[in-house]
Amino acid sequence: MSKAHVSPAQDRPSPADARAETRVVVANQWQLIWWKFRKHRLAMFAGAVTIFLYVVAVFAEFFAPYSSGTYSAAHTFIPPQSIKLIQQTDAGPRFYPHINGFKVQVDQESYKRTYVIDESIIYPVGLFVRGEEYELWGVFTTDLHLIGAAQFGDPVYLLGTDRLGRDVLSRTIYGTRVSMSVGLVGVGLSLLLGVILGGISGYYGGMIDNLIQRTIEILRSLPTIPLWMGLSAAIPLTWPPVRVYFAITVLLSLIGWTTLAREVRGRFLSLKTEDFVIAARLDGVREMQIIIRHMAPSMTSHIIASVTLAIPGMILAETALSFLGIGLRPPVVSWGVLLQEAQNVRSIATAPWLLFPGVAVVTAVLAMNFLGDGLRDAADPYQA
Amino acid sequence: MIWYIARRILYLIPTLIVVSIIAFLVIQLPPGDFLASLISKAEETIDQAQVDALRERYGLDEPIYVQYWKWVSGIVLRGDFGDSFEWNRPVSDLIWERLGLTMVISLFTLAFIWVVAIPIGIYSAVNQYTIGDYLVTVVGFIGLAIPNFLLALVLMYIAFRYFGQSVGGLFSPEYIDADWTLERALDMLSHIWLPVIILGTSGTAALIRVMRANLLDELSKLYVDAARARGLSELRLLFKYPVRVALNPLVSAVAWVFPALVSGSAITSIVLNLQTTGPLLYRSLQAQDMYLAGSLILLVSILTIIGTLVSDILLAWIDPRIQLQ
Repeated sequence: MSKAHVSPAQDRPSPADARAETRVVVANQWQLIWWKFRKHRLAMFAGAVTIFLYVVAVFAEFFAPYSSGTYSAAHTFIPPQSIKLIQQTDAGPRFYPHINGFKVQVDQESYKRTYVIDESIIYPVGLFVRGEEYELWGVFTTDLHLIGAAQFGDPVYLLGTDRLGRDVLSRTIYGTRVSMSVGLVGVGLSLLLGVILGGISGYYGGMIDNLIQRTIEILRSLPTIPLWMGLSAAIPLTWPPVRVYFAITVLLSLIGWTTLAREVRGRFLSLKTEDFVIAARLDGVREMQIIIRHMAPSMTSHIIASVTLAIPGMILAETALSFLGIGLRPPVVSWGVLLQEAQNVRSIATAPWLLFPGVAVVTAVLAMNFLGDGLRDAADPYQA
Repeated sequence: MIWYIARRILYLIPTLIVVSIIAFLVIQLPPGDFLASLISKAEETIDQAQVDALRERYGLDEPIYVQYWKWVSGIVLRGDFGDSFEWNRPVSDLIWERLGLTMVISLFTLAFIWVVAIPIGIYSAVNQYTIGDYLVTVVGFIGLAIPNFLLALVLMYIAFRYFGQSVGGLFSPEYIDADWTLERALDMLSHIWLPVIILGTSGTAALIRVMRANLLDELSKLYVDAARARGLSELRLLFKYPVRVALNPLVSAVAWVFPALVSGSAITSIVLNLQTTGPLLYRSLQAQDMYLAGSLILLVSILTIIGTLVSDILLAWIDPRIQLQ
């Protein structure tokens, strides 16, 4: 870096500094949080990734080239195809995004099918292409897809296919919807339990506090996954997918609420003795009013941060259970359900691309961890 | 100290009762009772006298609390966990070795986590905001984000693809059903490193964060400056007090790392096909072999509760202030 970029040391506050200071003094809490959060580059990036994942979840039909159930018996275990942007023609190179076709070779001894890229076959690929028709949220019908084969029907599978010839990319995109929402719904339920029980515990103290704290300790000392396995194995096979989905989220939140309850209790304990709460109480404000009007607003930012940090745990738990086959079950598509296809070394050895939903899991969990970390730091804007 | 331990053990009693109720609930949850599934699975017809005897033994005609009492008292008084109808053997015959192996793996992993996390955490705190620190942070976060079973799959794939060997299992084939000998123990040690690394990754990542944060808190305190001003060497300065103080929360962290380990090992063991409780529980749940499943959940829970208790006592011993709280 050149010297010219280094600003000269300033001893006296400049007018600009003074203005900035006034701005800080009059800013409300959310502005302060936002300013502090904005400085946290990694958290900002993670926030963008998180938003992107939820957008994908909402518009899964549009982002996915195929529907989650589309299969093609002739195209099983196709390896990922790489997009080539430039095509060499007689008239020189030209911009023409495409993938190469493939030939099937059958090993005469083992009858193993292998795909060999055939440079002579070209399938053009494009953005905003017309493909399978779908109904977005059951409201309007369209056949527009973000990416896919430019000519409907060409075998374009960017991330390969599974044993039934289903597109891994499309299924991962559809899985986003279920996996990301399990986290949200589960955390919503945990939050409800956590805030109510943690609030009661922190506000009233004494016997009730003791009881709730002991309960939390017991729940926290339990090995969650064996317990989840036992409970979710009891979900009847005959239940419709939606009910299984809710049963699983309820199970996850039955144990997940403890962390949030602890957080809420801790905040309540420290806020209870703050001057403004005592002042409100001396003024004769009702208990509920104190909690909702005066105490809750100063905790929201912390709660939002801990909620964000709780979601990844839920996503991981759902993935683990579905992976074992005792969580969500096909035809529901979640990342865990997809990873079930890659349950043993043999299937991974034939088709390592089946692990791609795992990349999605890691991305989502990482993004939400960084986001939550940034939010937690920003939640206390008065601290340096 | 004795009072503190006594109080902790007293707290253990309600916990154990709650755990046993949950485990019993798991046994009861599937539709139909144990006998119905037994009869439907049996190949030859079971004569009525045998059915009646079993009905009597588990108290199936009696109210649920009587059934619960029969189950619990059988375990506590006679060590009788009921029968596994899939294996047609008493549950207690099936579980002890697997429970022991679960414990061995968990303890090894715990040791691994400590040995790896503490030095890295110290390094990361002392060299805050250097490239090494950032590297540790990033790797740590990724370690936290990868589900155990996914890591297991990826490592198995790498071992298969690049080293041409199929890893998995805790013993070489010739030792699986062998009696415990020195050779078998050595054989286990040569297999145990993979599950230990897989299970330990997320715990290590978490503890590095804890260690780093604790040590940073300590390093900014005045006594450190004072000691430095007196000319203490940096190394002694670091290890004499700050590291020791920073280790305290790490001991209490065992209380939540241990349940997470036992819990995580359930899935990893299924993927790696280890002879621990995880795969047995999985199979028993699929076969609705509920007395086996319930007993496993009960014992694994008790195992973690005892682990938590030990870490609490350890912490109180290291940091006497805890006892006063």
